[in-house]
Order: sequence, then structure tokens, then C-alpha cells
Amino acid sequence: MKSDLLRGARHGIPIALGYLSVSFGFGILAVREGLALWEAVLISAACVTSAGQVAGVTLLAAGGGLWELALVQLTVNLRYALMSLSLSQKLDDRFTLPRRLAAAFGITDEIFAVCAAQPGRIAPAYMAGMIAVSVAGWVGGTALGGMAGALLPTRVTDALGILLYGMFVAIVVPPARRERGVRLAALAAAGVSLLLTLAVPALSGSLSVIIAAVAAAALAAVLFPLPAEKEEDA
Amino acid sequence: MSSISYHLAAVAVMAAVTYLIRALPFAFFRRPIASRFLRSFLYYIPYAVLTAMTIPAVFTSAGSPLSAAAGFAVALVLAYMRLPLIAVASAAAAAAFLVSFFG
Repeated sequence: MKSDLLRGARHGIPIALGYLSVSFGFGILAVREGLALWEAVLISAACVTSAGQVAGVTLLAAGGGLWELALVQLTVNLRYALMSLSLSQKLDDRFTLPRRLAAAFGITDEIFAVCAAQPGRIAPAYMAGMIAVSVAGWVGGTALGGMAGALLPTRVTDALGILLYGMFVAIVVPPARRERGVRLAALAAAGVSLLLTLAVPALSGSLSVIIAAVAAAALAAVLFPLPAEKEEDA
Repeated sequence: MSSISYHLAAVAVMAAVTYLIRALPFAFFRRPIASRFLRSFLYYIPYAVLTAMTIPAVFTSAGSPLSAAAGFAVALVLAYMRLPLIAVASAAAAAAFLVSFFG
């Protein structure tokens, strides 16, 4: 039990280090959008989702409605449902319902990827250790970024504003290079999003993200469906 | 609604929706998704979302459009070369910073 906890914590260290730089960017963005430091930290601690938080904070700063916020989170974070589904098949029998409900809080892209790559079944303590260390990095980085945002010169914080988008590019480009379906989904999403922003200025940014993403993913799913029998674990 | 209570309500909505997306399948579903279209759609949605969030917003993310375009171009090239996430993100910020002296 204890060794599972430590092993999970150790596997969480590289995740936490990666989160530090990304959540640093989120902290800067959130404060720049007019949120208080404690609000940025609260959002990171409560949500633990990079893309969802960026979309949420941007919408929040624009005074978007709560239903719109819920819809944005649903679309941006829908991928977690697939990861949860996949990971739920890999849990050992110590994973009681309360433990599943607790561990679900920490299913992120990176934690999913590391857990999915583990041989055999996953123990609750292993996931708990990994989530604790990773979330500490996520929340700590947000606090540092939020504080730095107020101290650093504007020229520096302006440049750091691109950090998160750099991360998004790093996530999308390698699979887009490899797979035609991902390439199509990305190009179509970029095209529709750009078109909507230019052609329908009244549409909020997050709504155009939802429309572009759903249309592009549906197009890719129709033209390049996944192999019928292969268990997909993205 | 005051600004603080609007913010708190917004955070609660964000956290609740995000948690339910994770928890419902994790705790209650035990069988894989059968629909091939749905599995494919769910597979492609993260890439589509991230791209739609990036374009065109990235161009207003780094002070001037010129700085942002430079950072974005550097990110595209380094990501194409499969450099690690942190390297791509930091190099994009560094490029945006350097170009800001010229824009």
C-alpha cells in the first residue's frame, strides 16, 4: 500500500514539473484577464484542466453566462470521459466506489497517459500519490505565475502569454503529422474557427470554438473513422 | 450579481461540469463504447478543440500580432520536429519576447 503511494508520487514528479511551466502561463493569463490571484489558484485547484481553464477564464473575463460556461467545459473537456472510460477498465479491486469518485478528480491527459502505460492493474494508492504530486505542481505553478504577472515587466508577461498556446501546438502537431484524421480535424477546426471569428464578430470566442471543434471532429470521424475492433485509448 | 459571486458561481460550474465528465464514466461505466462514430469523434475532439482555441486567439496572446506570429511559427516548427512540450512552449515565448523589440 505504502510502496504504491510512493511509486505513484515518484511517477508524478515529471508530470508536476511539466505542469509548473504550463500553469505558470495560466496564472499570468488569469491575472491579466482581471482575476484575483486567489481566484486563479482556486480555479486550478478545483478544475485541474489546462484547456478548460483557459477557455473558462477567457469567457469569465468577458462576462459570459453560466450555461455558456458549462457548455464550453463540456466540449473542451469531453476527452476526459473517454480517458475515464478507458482507465476504469484497468482498476484493481481495491477501487471501491468512493475511491473511484475521489480519483476521478485527478484524471488529466498526462496522468491518464502514465496510468494507461502501467503494466497490470492500478492500485488506488498509486493514483493518489501521482495525483497529489501533480496537482501540487499545477496549483503551485498557478500561484507563481499569478504573482510573477504582477511583478514582471509587461514585455515579459506579454511574451509569456503565448506559453499555453505553445503547449497546445506541441500536443496537436506530432499526431497531425502522423495521422491523416488528426490532420484533417486540426485544419478544419482552424479554418472554421478563423472563418467564424472574421465573419460573425458577434459570436463569442468560446461558442465559435465549440462550433468549430464539433464540426471538425465530426468531419474527421466520418472521413477517417478509427479501426472498428481496435480499443482506442487516446 | 456582484463580481465575486459571479466569479464563484462560474468556478463552481466549471469545476462541477469538469468533475462529472471525469467521474461518471470512471465510476459507473464498465463497458467500452460500441459506436464507431462516437469513438472516432471522441478521439478527434481534443485535437479539434485545442486547434480552435489556438487559432485565431494565439495572435492576440503576446502583445503585438508580430510577436505572437513569430512565437507561433517557432512553436509549429519545433513541434513538427517533435521537441518536448516544455521546449516548444518556452521557445515560443522566447521568440515572442525577442521579436517584441522590433515590433
